[in-house]
This record gives sequence, structure tokens and C-alpha cells, in this order.
Amino acid sequence: MQATIVEAVKDALHTEMAADDDVVVFGEDVAESGGVFRATDGLLEEFGEDRVVDTPLSEIAIVGAATGLAMYGYRPVAEIQFSGFLPPAFDQLVTNASRIRWRTRGALSAPMVVRMPYGAGVRALEHHSESMEGAYAHIPGLKVVAPSTPHDTKGLLLASIRDPDPVLFMEPKRIYRSFRDDVPEEDYEVPLGEAAVRREGSDLTVVSWGSMMPPTLDAADEADADVEVIDLRTISPMDTETVVESVKKTGRAVVVHEGPRSHGVGGDIVAHINDEALMYLEAPVERVTGFDTPVPLLSMEDYYFPHPPRILDAIEDALSV
Amino acid sequence: MSENEPTEHPANATVSAGEPRFLTQDDLSVDTHQVVAPDGSYDADEVPDLDDEQFQDLYRWMLTDRVFSKRMVNIQRRGELGTFGSTRGQEASIIGSAYTLQPDDWLYVGRAWTPMFMRGVPMKDMIMFWRGIEEGQQSFAEHNCQIAISIGSHLPLVAGLAWGMDLSGDDAIATAYLGDGATSTGAAHEAINFAGALEVPALFYCQNNQYAISLSAEEQTGANTLAQKALAYGMDAIRVDGQDVLAVYEAVNEARKRVRNGEPVFVESVTYRMDAHTTSDDPTRYRSDEEVDAWEDADPLERYREFLRAEGLWDDIDHDAIEAEIDAEFDAALEEANAFEERGVEEIFAHVYAELPPDLQRQSEEFSDLLERRPELYDYIEQRPKG
Amino acid sequence: MHRAIGDRTFADTAMDEATARDVFRDMVLAREFDERALSLQRRGWMPGYPPFKGQEGSQVGAAYAMTGDDWLFPTYRSNAMQLARGVPASDILLFRRGFAEYHSDHDVPVFPMAIPIASQIPHAVGAGMAMNYEGDDDAVVCYFGDGATSEGDFHEAANFAGVFDAPVVFFCENNNWAISLPREQQTASDSIAVKAEAYGFEGVQVDGNDPVAVYETVGDALEDARGGDPVLVESLTYRQGAHTTSDDPERYRPEDEDLPEWRTADPLDRFESYLREQDVVDDEFVEDCWADAEAELEAAIDEAEANSVPDPEDVFDHLYEDLPPRLQDQKAWLMEYLEDHDPQEMEF
Repeated sequence: MQATIVEAVKDALHTEMAADDDVVVFGEDVAESGGVFRATDGLLEEFGEDRVVDTPLSEIAIVGAATGLAMYGYRPVAEIQFSGFLPPAFDQLVTNASRIRWRTRGALSAPMVVRMPYGAGVRALEHHSESMEGAYAHIPGLKVVAPSTPHDTKGLLLASIRDPDPVLFMEPKRIYRSFRDDVPEEDYEVPLGEAAVRREGSDLTVVSWGSMMPPTLDAADEADADVEVIDLRTISPMDTETVVESVKKTGRAVVVHEGPRSHGVGGDIVAHINDEALMYLEAPVERVTGFDTPVPLLSMEDYYFPHPPRILDAIEDALSV
Repeated sequence: MSENEPTEHPANATVSAGEPRFLTQDDLSVDTHQVVAPDGSYDADEVPDLDDEQFQDLYRWMLTDRVFSKRMVNIQRRGELGTFGSTRGQEASIIGSAYTLQPDDWLYVGRAWTPMFMRGVPMKDMIMFWRGIEEGQQSFAEHNCQIAISIGSHLPLVAGLAWGMDLSGDDAIATAYLGDGATSTGAAHEAINFAGALEVPALFYCQNNQYAISLSAEEQTGANTLAQKALAYGMDAIRVDGQDVLAVYEAVNEARKRVRNGEPVFVESVTYRMDAHTTSDDPTRYRSDEEVDAWEDADPLERYREFLRAEGLWDDIDHDAIEAEIDAEFDAALEEANAFEERGVEEIFAHVYAELPPDLQRQSEEFSDLLERRPELYDYIEQRPKG
Repeated sequence: MHRAIGDRTFADTAMDEATARDVFRDMVLAREFDERALSLQRRGWMPGYPPFKGQEGSQVGAAYAMTGDDWLFPTYRSNAMQLARGVPASDILLFRRGFAEYHSDHDVPVFPMAIPIASQIPHAVGAGMAMNYEGDDDAVVCYFGDGATSEGDFHEAANFAGVFDAPVVFFCENNNWAISLPREQQTASDSIAVKAEAYGFEGVQVDGNDPVAVYETVGDALEDARGGDPVLVESLTYRQGAHTTSDDPERYRPEDEDLPEWRTADPLDRFESYLREQDVVDDEFVEDCWADAEAELEAAIDEAEANSVPDPEDVFDHLYEDLPPRLQDQKAWLMEYLEDHDPQEMEF
């Protein structure tokens, strides 16, 4: 079937709720209203009010109760309405969800998913546009996933719900509905921790993920060179092998992400390239990122966002050395 | 009254005209449930329905709690433990409540160690926990319990565990032990409200031991009691004399029944932390000797002994022999804990995820390799099997 | 629950006639603002808007109980309060278009509107504590909704206020809906007001569609707060519109609410009838209010449009007092980049 990313989310939830009675979906406005982005639309009617639950406005309790349910044997899929509202629950991710397995030497675990739309570009109000994957990927014991296509969204979400560890599933809301692609009706998984090569090329490697994939691919198409584009798909654990092998082949690299430049995932990717492919490099690795500022209010978002010309600029810089 | 009568909707109260009338805690009267008075007197008709063996059992566990705390503080002073939080003074509060719990119930504690033993956890695992050895928590988990370190952070988990029990239709409840300080955390608030709104079988057992490290309960909140906080969640609460093991047992036993029926309950047990917050803390900096002495006089074991004597049960209890048995159990547990072998460096990496991701695998291997190449690194590494 | 309209003659209330006319005038302005904002949003002038229709009486009544130096901590839903306190409509409109909300550089004691639910409540208490340190006789009114009471921020802040005797009125507008969640699913407690018992201070319910009752109640509460006794006021009103223009309440809201008629009725009509009946306003005054409101909004929209000019330096300015070197580099890069690139090219 042809589906958008948000429809793929819904399809994955539907698929897994039908397959596994232990899957419970909850959060703010997910049941009666079907979610503010309609990602959970229809689940209440199909699976009933025990398994699709509107909760009070309590992010700490949403993430914490998901952890408790998971410890008890359920497969909770909790929704945080916007990524800007996860920070109050950061403590639950750090203190409990990510380390219950470790502190009990495997006697307990928290196989749970926290889904949330992330990123700028939908002209939303302040605090609705953050890309903080770098902060979350910094939590040992947590997995962080960011799909960029409807096909991957379904497969990655199914894999995330079935994963034995807690997964923060960051949905690129800027491209929630911007295109459709072929999403198989059947059950399938896209494994966590495996990047995808979206475009093969021999001159330069661009690494990105999530909502930055479309502008990255546009820039690659426009470049006067043979550009390889890698979609990381899982931020943590990261598939560094695919990145390193590609850079060994091309000798040049650009990393593109939406979150702030410093102390972020981009710097980590550059470090991996330095560790394992330094001698193959023919130019410094470029980063195209958001600035080290909050996401500007919507009138100025466009100055912040790495649009294709900025990516192209960096590609040309990397090729010019 | 206006022409628009309010409906039965709970959000619409009766209309009042004139000066605005404010709800105030001065209008609340919160009783403290008690069975045995501080002087040892009691009404025989009000004693909970337990048999002689159970009455003796309660004493044994209270004594276990006291001896365990004493021994742990001692070995800490000898340098055989990093730190420890003593429960002296809270024995009735801890044992009376935990005695009501069933094996399938979940228990997430702060400052209550003997309940783990009551559930079958070997004493050595508690010693190991305090020595910073994760196998302790592993053992607790096998008996449906955990210790929370971060204050209040476990309450949302308990709401989730209770939710799971509700969904499964299991004959069990999830219990959070918390302190007076935890009631001020946002996590506690969200979790208790959540449990109330979703009607899950959660029991919130708050031991008001008067101190959150150095902050007294009066400075913790403007509320006269912690029990009244339950009104904010539409939940029933009971305040109980935490120095009276029978009152605690009775209150929590009744609370547990209500919780099983889908009505979460909040219990405030009024007790006192006789010792320091942990062995690193010096309570003389923030509380007076007179205050401490007054609570010494409210010793829960002594009060219970009065009851046992009056019931004629004391003669069958050989206090010294029980104490010697507990001491021997502790000695054996300590020996076992001491025998715990040093762990390999790979243990740091184990159990971070179900399956070790490649990068982490690499970090583990590189570190092992480094240790092999530069054994002098071991000069900087002190495994602390004794905490 | 406290009420004036329908229960007492105007002379028996704590409000004087001049104040009543001002309150009415500002309720009309608020209604005009809300309606104009909705229609501006529909034609793409701004991306989204959270209407407050139905809550004007509650908000304006509360605002008028405040005195000159009292601070207001508002949210995205409390725009009638900001307007009544004197924040220019153009500032609020500019914020809706994605600009900082301090264009006019006004000196009204109002914080920026909070977006994440309940995040302003700890700040309000901190400001109250500061007033205690200063020895001021000022107080704080902290606005929030029924949903906010489930957040940890509310709890920690309210408890702080009780412990530190902060001069704060916690003004909870219970409009019965937190997006799609009705009040009775938000918490099992009998009322929001009763939550004050958890913090050892007083709570009170008021008919939020009765601006006179709200004025009286918040006025009393402010007096208590100045004396070191914080108060939780639950103002019972109703969100007549959607959560925001992106929301469709038909998906979750029953056609027949289990609420009394006064709760869901129009507070502006109710207040107008009361004031006419009590001979406080007449046709001419009411017509003037509407004409003035229309003119004021017209001017505010013009002002906002004239100032809707993005300045890329704003992305970096005011993040720190002194921009750190890395950010100076990033700013320089962007300014240079923009010299060679058409800013139009950067739009989505």
C-alpha cells in the first residue's frame, strides 16, 4: 500500500497490537482523539479502552509507568506529544528505563517504546521543534531510532516494539505527510542498528537521518559529483561500519543533522571516521547542522534549518580540497 | 441558589453567595490510628486478628530489622561497607506493613530492608547491595522487589507495575515505600495522580520518619499531615502510629484489601529515623538531643513487648536466643558476601543492553586489551568488594 | 462555589461601576481579539491559534483583581488576561507569527506566555519568593489550566509556595478540557481546589463565567497571598472552541456536555445582561466598546504586519549576554552565506 510516515506509524501499531496482546498504547490525547497527529487514530475502536488509554497530562508518569508496565511483562508504546515535552521525563529514561536491566544483572528489563514527533519545519509554536537526539543517544542502555521513510517507519517501529530494550522512537514530523511510498501490508522488521545506503556514489559520502534525508538527497542530486548518501536510521547503537566503509571508498564526507552542531551526533560520527578511516580521507569532514542556538521562533526557522543549498555548499567545499 | 442548578458532575460544587468561602486544612481532622498506646495499654477488642505464632513472628522480624541495622552500621565503621542507611526506630512501621504483603505483590522500597528478607531474599544480597554489587538488585528482582535510590523516581514505576497487574487481572498489588521527602517530588505527584485516575492497584506507603536528610517534615510541606495529600488525588488515606506494629499491620492490611479492589490508597506512617540518614551524615548538626531522646522513649520494640507481656506471649519468646540466631545469620551472610569474587571488567558492559552493540563490544575489547598490555593500570584499580 | 451574578444585586458586590465598565470593555476587546485572530489564522496570517472563547469573564475578572505591580505568569491560553493587564495586542499577534513577544518593549509586569504545560508555575513561585526577599507588598497571579495540575511542576511549585509563604495566587482555569481529556479523567480528586489541602494552603472554587465573582475571589486571594498565604483558585469555565486551530473537538467532545448551562454559556452575554439589568451599562456604551475594540484590533494588526520582518541576527542574539566564540563563528558564517544566497531560497 502507499502510505505516509504517519500512516506507517499507525499501521505498525495496528499490526503489533493485533499480533501481541501485551502491547499497550497510551499518552496524552491518543485514544478518543486519535493523537494530535492522528498516529493512533482508530486504535481505540479496534483494541478497546484497556489497551489504548488517554492519560493525565503527566510526562514523568507516562514514561515511568511505561517502564513499570515493561518490567511487569507488557510491551508499552507511550507517546510524548512533542519532543519539546520529553525533558521532564528525562529523569525516568536516565534513572530507570535505561538501567533497570543493568542494575538487576538482567533479572528485569524494560522493553518499551517512547514515540514522539521531533524536529523543526512545521511552523509550530515555541518548544515544538527540538532535535535532541544527541542528548538521548548519550544515555547508555537506551536505543534511539529516527526513520526517514514510510517503509522504514513501519519496519523500525515493529522492530522497536519487539526489541528487548527501551527505544526512543523519534518521528520526523516535518515529513510526516510530505510523501508516500510503498509500505508492505505484511509484517516485517527493519533491524535496529543498521544504516541504509540511499544513493550509491564514489566521490563523497553524506551521512544523515530522519527529517534531514529529503534535503540531503536533493543536494546529492544537484551536486556535480557522484555522491553516496547514508541514512543512519538508528542513532544509537550506531552502524559505524557502513559509514566507515563508505568513507574508505569515497575519501570525503559530510554529516548533516538538524540538532545543534556542538557536542552532537555529528561530532561523534566524525570521531568514528577519524578513528577508522583517517588515512583514507582526502578532505576534512564537513558538518551541516543547526546552530548552537534554540530552534528559532517560526519566523526564522528557515535560517536555522539545513536546507539543500547549505548541504550543497558543504559538499562542494569537501570536494574542492 | 441560582436558577442553574449544578448537576451531579463532580467538578461542580454547590453554589455559595456572599464572601468567598475558602477550603482550608484547618477544617480537616486527620486521626492517627493506634492499637497499643505508648504506655502499652490497649483495648483487647481492637487487636487485629492474628494467631500467637504471627504475633511472635512480628517480633522476630522487628528484631531482625534492629539487629541488621546495628550490624551494618558496625561493619561500616570497620571499613567493610561504603555506606548504609539505618532503619532503627522504624521497625514497627517497616515490619507491620510488609507483613501484609503477598508473594506476588510488588515492593519498591526506600529505607526498608527487612521486607526483602521476609520475601526470601538472603541477607548476603542486601550486604552486597550496600557494597555496590549489582547482584543484590538481581536477587531482589527475583523476589518482586527493588530498592529505589533516586527519591520519588520509583513511584511512576509502581503505577506502571500496578497497571500491568490490573491489565493481567492478577491477584496482586504494587507497593511503593516512600519517605516524607519524596512527597515533594513531581514524580510522586504525577504517579499518585495517575494511579488515582486510572484506578490501578497501587499502595503508596509513606514512612514519615520526620527527616529528609536534614530537612524536617514540618519544613518539607505546609500541609499538617502527609495523609491529607491523598485528597488531591481523590484517593483514600490513613494516618497510622508508625511505632505501633499492630496499628500499622491493621491499617495496611485493610489498605491492601481496598487496593486489590481497584482503589489505590495512601498510608502515612508516623515514625522516626533514630540514626543518621546514612553513615556519612551527622544528625547532631540539625536536630536536638531532647528530640531524639523523646523518640527513644517511643521505641517500637519496647511498646510491642508490653503488648506481648500483657498477652502472655512474651514468656514463649527467648529474645536472647533469637538475637543470637540473627547474629549468626548475619555472620554467615557476611562471610558469604566476603567470598564474592572479584568481577571481570566485562561485567561493566554486561546487561547494558540485551545484546552488546558493536561499539560497546569494541570498547570492552579495547579496554581488556589495554589492561593486558599495561598491567600497571591495575595499580589504579581498586575493586571494592567491601564497598 | 462562589458566585455573584444572579445571586446578588451589583451594589452588593465588591466591584464598583467604573471597574465593571472597564471589565466589560476588556471582555469585548478580548472577544474581538479572539475572533480576529481566528479569522487571520484561517487565511494563513499565522500558522496556529489557541482560542480562549468562553473564558473572557474568568480571565478579565481575575486581571482586574490585580493591582499595578502584581506580576502575571500567563500561558498561550490566557491572552485575555494579558490584554486586560495592558500588554499590546500587537505583541501577542507578533508572537503568533513567530517573533519574540516584546516588540513594543512595554513595561507591564507580565512574563512571556508559557507553552509547555505547567512550566511557568515554578517561576511564578520563585518570583513570589523574590518579592518576600525584597519585602514588597506585591503578589503573583499564576495562570494555568486543569491539565497542568497533573504535572510535577505544579506540585513541586505549589508545595514550595506553601513552605516559603510565597505571595502567589494559583489561578487555575478549569475549562473542562485538556485538549481531548475531560476534567474527570485528569484526576480522581473531587475538585481542583481541594488539591490545595496537599500544600497546607487554602483553595476555593468560583463561577468562572461570572467576572464579578472571579474579581472578588481573586481579590480576596491576593490579599491573603500578600500576607504570606498562597491560595489556589479554581475558576470553573469552559473552553468553547478547539484546543488550537489544529484540533478537532468533534472527535472527542460529546454534543451534550454533562455540565450546567451556566458553565457552557457565553460569559459576555451573561455579564452584559447583568450590567444592563443593574443599570451599569447602556446601548451606547456597549456599542462604543465594540467600535473601539474593532479599531484597536485594526491598529494592532497593522502594527504587527509592519513589524513582521525577520532579522537573522535574532537567531543568535540574546542567547547569552556575550556570544561565545563558536557561536560568533556560526553567526558570521550565516551572515556571509546570506550575502551570496537569496533568503527566499531558504524557505520551505
